[in-house]
Amino acid sequence: MGTIVFFYFASVIVVTAALVVALRSPVFSALALLVMFFHVAGLFVTLHAEFLAVIQILVYAGAILVLYLFVVMLLNLKGEVHFHHQLTVGLFLGCMVFAEAVLLVLKGESSLQASLSTPKEPAQLMQGNTESIGELLYSTYLFPFEIASLILLVAMVGAVILTKKGILEAKG
Amino acid sequence: MTLPLADLVLILPELLIVGMACLILVLDPITPAHKKDLLAWMSLGILVVGSVVTVSGFGERVMAFSDLVVVDSYAVFWKMLLYLVSGLTILLSMGYLKEEKIQLAEYYAFVLLALAGMMVMVSGADLLTIYLGIELMSITLYIMAGFKRFELRSIESSAKYFVLGAFSSGILLYGISIIFGVTGSTRLVEIAAVVNGRGIDDPLVFIALMLLIVGFGFKVAAVPFHMWTPDVYEGAPTSVTAFMAVASKAASFAAFLRVLLEAFGGIKPDWNLLILVICIITVALGNLVAIVQTNVKRMLAYSSIAHAGYALIGVVVAGWAGIEGAVSSQGVSSLMLYLAIYSFMTIGAFSMVAILRKGGLEGEEIEDFTGLAKRHKGGAFLMLVFMVSLAGIPPTAGFIGKLYLFMAAVNAGLAWLAIIGLIFAAISAFFYLRIVMVMYMREPSSEQELHTRLVLSPQVSFVLACAVAGVVLLGIFPGPLVSVADLSSLSLK
Repeated sequence: MGTIVFFYFASVIVVTAALVVALRSPVFSALALLVMFFHVAGLFVTLHAEFLAVIQILVYAGAILVLYLFVVMLLNLKGEVHFHHQLTVGLFLGCMVFAEAVLLVLKGESSLQASLSTPKEPAQLMQGNTESIGELLYSTYLFPFEIASLILLVAMVGAVILTKKGILEAKG
Repeated sequence: MTLPLADLVLILPELLIVGMACLILVLDPITPAHKKDLLAWMSLGILVVGSVVTVSGFGERVMAFSDLVVVDSYAVFWKMLLYLVSGLTILLSMGYLKEEKIQLAEYYAFVLLALAGMMVMVSGADLLTIYLGIELMSITLYIMAGFKRFELRSIESSAKYFVLGAFSSGILLYGISIIFGVTGSTRLVEIAAVVNGRGIDDPLVFIALMLLIVGFGFKVAAVPFHMWTPDVYEGAPTSVTAFMAVASKAASFAAFLRVLLEAFGGIKPDWNLLILVICIITVALGNLVAIVQTNVKRMLAYSSIAHAGYALIGVVVAGWAGIEGAVSSQGVSSLMLYLAIYSFMTIGAFSMVAILRKGGLEGEEIEDFTGLAKRHKGGAFLMLVFMVSLAGIPPTAGFIGKLYLFMAAVNAGLAWLAIIGLIFAAISAFFYLRIVMVMYMREPSSEQELHTRLVLSPQVSFVLACAVAGVVLLGIFPGPLVSVADLSSLSLK
């Protein structure tokens, strides 16, 4: 049962991800992306990571995707813009990389089996999902967590500097 | 939970730098326009304080924050280099920003935040921490590249850098996540334990290693991941270009080498051939394409690609199979020495480009240097010193750097690699010396005589003096720096 569910989610993710790139209209691309986000969230649920699943939907499907759609609609892309000139080259290279990956997996099948034969059970938590993530973030991973906050600060100040009208003129 | 005070003391330099960056952001709006320089001096002050705190940690190896951060001599060496480069960048920028009318105090805060990201990179003992350091540095640089936002080229450079950088970060992150899937950890030590046991036969380890090399290859601008470099270096404000070409390259090399040696040190034979190939094509392509450039900034961009190729010789030596530990760490130390020397000469060369003005614009075409020796004897002579050093001609520091790299290669039994490097160094002399030729042997047209001039300020003079002192002194007495690099390279396990 678990395998079937996994393959359902995985195949939908792959197909919708391909659609995001392949579809002509940016709005349809964004909608395909939305479907993909929901299925990724589904995968998280099967791994007992409910908190991540909810965050995935709230942040990606809720905030980021809506922002995409706003941008797409504000830009008002009328004429169809083609970025598909390199389709044959891309297809050729993609096939080569894929073949390489298959070859690699076949060649190292035995060692791959070894690492896959002992699947790790999802950890049985003594407390809820959210509490344990929060505790990890504020204890073990405190340092990277704070660095991530700095990245957000830089992005915020940078967005203001690059877009706000009149700051250079006023100060220069 | 409790926050161990000892951990905070270990990252005190990072805290100071970040604290000052935030303080500058807050003080900026309440500082009157004519006192903005004060903020630049404050950031310089914190660099001095930070370097004093950092250097006191030399010779120890301490882990902090549940083994995510390591403070060892290797990290201290790179941090000192980064302080120096950031300091010179700030001094160079003070005049340059005024001249270009992009005087925003946020610029100095960004230099400090990028520096904080680089410091996290060089002392990260964990892939996740290193990745976040890279992102902090990169995002700051994307914004700084677009600081001349009324100029199309600058915006283009920023956008290009952002898109390609995001793409390469994605590749790097994919590699990290596969490694996490295989080993169950992102800490370099634990990855090493699993990778040593499993080896490259595991396709997942192989794929992850490839992805990591591609991701870092982009950050150090090695061929074939160099495509962004010329456009970004050309479009960005020159002071930012200098910062990118030196500091971000040094920090990326430091993190790259630590990841390769500490996490994948057990399977050296499996990656050093790939690095060898990248190294040779980087040196070849960087030097050959630089010949046809007419823009000094583009030429220096290709030259920085070529220098990344030379530095990769150090990585190859450090990972070459069947050599003794001493030779392996000689590879590391020669790379450190090379990048330190490269910093001086590249900062110097970019400073010269930044102060050469053509009317209200930057003089960045090679043509603009025509006959500079007639009007500015001193300036032309400094450019001569930097170019000679970049070409690797004795008695400058550039020669010493190449000498130690090639010696390490010969000791590792790679004499042919040293010969290839030598051949391309000879080719590179052509385009470096062309600038010298243009400055000294060509008569300027009357129009050029009228419009091109050097804009000197006390700060830029100090930067140039530092750079030229570094190039000359390290060329004559490389001893102290060599022994410091040797000592610090030993702390890399």
